[in-house]
Amino acid sequence: MDMLFSLRSGQKPGDGPAAPASPLEVRDLTVAYNRKPVLWSVDYTAPSQGLIAIVGPNGAGKSTFVKACLGLVPSVSGSVKVYGSPLGKRRSLIGYVPQRESVDWDFPASALDVAAMGRYGMIGWCRPVGRAHREAARACLDRVGMADFADRQIGQLSGGQQQRVFLARALAQEARIYFMDEPFAGVDAATERAVIQVLRDLDSAGRTVICVHHDLQTVADYFDHVLLLNTRVVAAGPVGSTLNAETLHRTYGGRLGPADVPGVRKHVAEAGAA
Amino acid sequence: MIPDEILATLTLRAGFNSAVVVAGTACLGVAAGVIGSFMLLRKRAMVSDALSHATLPGIALAFLIATALGMEGRSLPVLLAGALFSGVLGVLAIQAISRFTRLPEDAAIGAVLSVFFGVGVVLLSHIQTLATGNQAGLKTFILGQTAAMNRNEAMAIAGLALAALAACVLLFKEFRLLCFDPGFAAGQGWPTVRIDLTLMGLTTLVTVIGLQTVGLILIIALLIVPPAAARFWTEKLWAMLVIAAVLGGISGWLGASLSALVPRLPAGAVIVLVAGSLFLFSFLFAPARGVVATAWRQARLRLAYAEQAALTGLLHGRPPASGGMDTWLRVRGMVRDSALTARGRDAARSSERNRRLWERFLIHYPTLVPGRANWGIDPIDRVLPRDLVLELESLPEQLSP
Repeated sequence: MDMLFSLRSGQKPGDGPAAPASPLEVRDLTVAYNRKPVLWSVDYTAPSQGLIAIVGPNGAGKSTFVKACLGLVPSVSGSVKVYGSPLGKRRSLIGYVPQRESVDWDFPASALDVAAMGRYGMIGWCRPVGRAHREAARACLDRVGMADFADRQIGQLSGGQQQRVFLARALAQEARIYFMDEPFAGVDAATERAVIQVLRDLDSAGRTVICVHHDLQTVADYFDHVLLLNTRVVAAGPVGSTLNAETLHRTYGGRLGPADVPGVRKHVAEAGAA
Repeated sequence: MIPDEILATLTLRAGFNSAVVVAGTACLGVAAGVIGSFMLLRKRAMVSDALSHATLPGIALAFLIATALGMEGRSLPVLLAGALFSGVLGVLAIQAISRFTRLPEDAAIGAVLSVFFGVGVVLLSHIQTLATGNQAGLKTFILGQTAAMNRNEAMAIAGLALAALAACVLLFKEFRLLCFDPGFAAGQGWPTVRIDLTLMGLTTLVTVIGLQTVGLILIIALLIVPPAAARFWTEKLWAMLVIAAVLGGISGWLGASLSALVPRLPAGAVIVLVAGSLFLFSFLFAPARGVVATAWRQARLRLAYAEQAALTGLLHGRPPASGGMDTWLRVRGMVRDSALTARGRDAARSSERNRRLWERFLIHYPTLVPGRANWGIDPIDRVLPRDLVLELESLPEQLSP
């Protein structure tokens, strides 16, 4: 299981960016389809260590932010830099876990077929998926506890297992920065534990992980940094100093305060006592 | 029509010309099956229908322009160029409408399909009023006519179909990724728009070369029906492509043969009827996803659950709720005179143990899902590893309160 990381951590000289460029640098990003922009003049510089959560109410532009970072939606203005370079040059460094509902799971493919898709970028045009890549994909399924399901058709998997297959596919990309859109949405407890374990492994292996996260109760437990988003950036920084009654109120408006969320209430109380 | 003649055509022994036509149409069916599979999975089946209907005004216009320029209006390359032009125009119109307006894509498809086809019909009626006396061939593009094909045309069809097939094989990985998850593909840096256009282009190619044989109304069937039928047989993409290719090839082969024998029979209709029969057979009898197999599995499962309940009940002195179940157990030799036989008692005890272990498994390992097992019915010793079964057996009867 550590094979995956040891492969990458033995970096060749000049392999990675030498300058301490931020994994993700977003400047003045605006995405608009209608009168109200989805994202409005968003500035964000991701820290190079620690798991990052993007938090905000429904329709706050969290998914759009991720898609704009990946160049999947056209932006009106602004720039996105990954490790100091424009997106086009950094594709191979980026891993992506889309929302589970974004695909048709009745597709004729096995869990291994989907995980192997993470390797397609390295394989390149018109070449088949070789044995080495299939084995790498299988190892990634093993990392998320899905090795026994490698040959199962994806439609026969539970929601949590499908989420883990998506995570395995992203692991197979062997990226340095991962964007994940709601990896904890609608999964069972075992999957939630498996996913957070993988995220922590990625973090300790020096990877950057940016997750859209919907569950305020677990933000403080799972993540080190938080980006509070509601069309514009409300606040960003370490969870401890950023997630408090005032910023939550500004993010969610009057709809939700920390008192509504036991996990955050506990966190805010601890922060206040300290 | 004597049977010998039919056999001769089917086995390519009825002369070189018809052999080439039949083989060419079979190649077309193979290519359409493979490309259509990707279109089906990309959820673009109806776009290819609009594409084929949109070729009609192009064919008519090409005829008019060529005739006005003093050329032979019925020249095949000219007509196909016209078909290609207006077909592509139709697809672009659909994309423009769904991109720049809030109309859903199916509305755009309906509008473009009918308007283009309407324009084509009007132009065709106009051509018929002209005194050139040379327009008769145009109508065969609507329903297809293999009898009118010569060997060079058939060879060209076969060659282009095989080229399209080769492109699909080369781009198998790219098409699979695009059809399953275009967002991920784009995130990985694949030019999804260009791959999409390539797939559309191959569909256009198959449509245009299929105009003569299958006709523009029914070419959609060759692109969609064999892949839809193939989906019933398998959960693997490559297998689906192979099966769709075989079914498409058979449809083209039989359809072209029959149409060559009966010159007034439109080839397109015959090909589609063959494809439709193969679809019906797959829909009913395919073991993986067919209706009969699914119903059979469900019926067997229901019987197994009912039998388990009845046996457990009898073990505790309760007779089966239904007379049918009583009869069934008597037939199976498990019940005699409303009481369990020795064999029935063994079956009931083992069934009760099996169910208890399954219940414990469900409670203690709620997130584990064993293979394709039928919960509570399949013998648990055969589904779960030995040590897990032993662990389940050792668990206390009463769960903690």
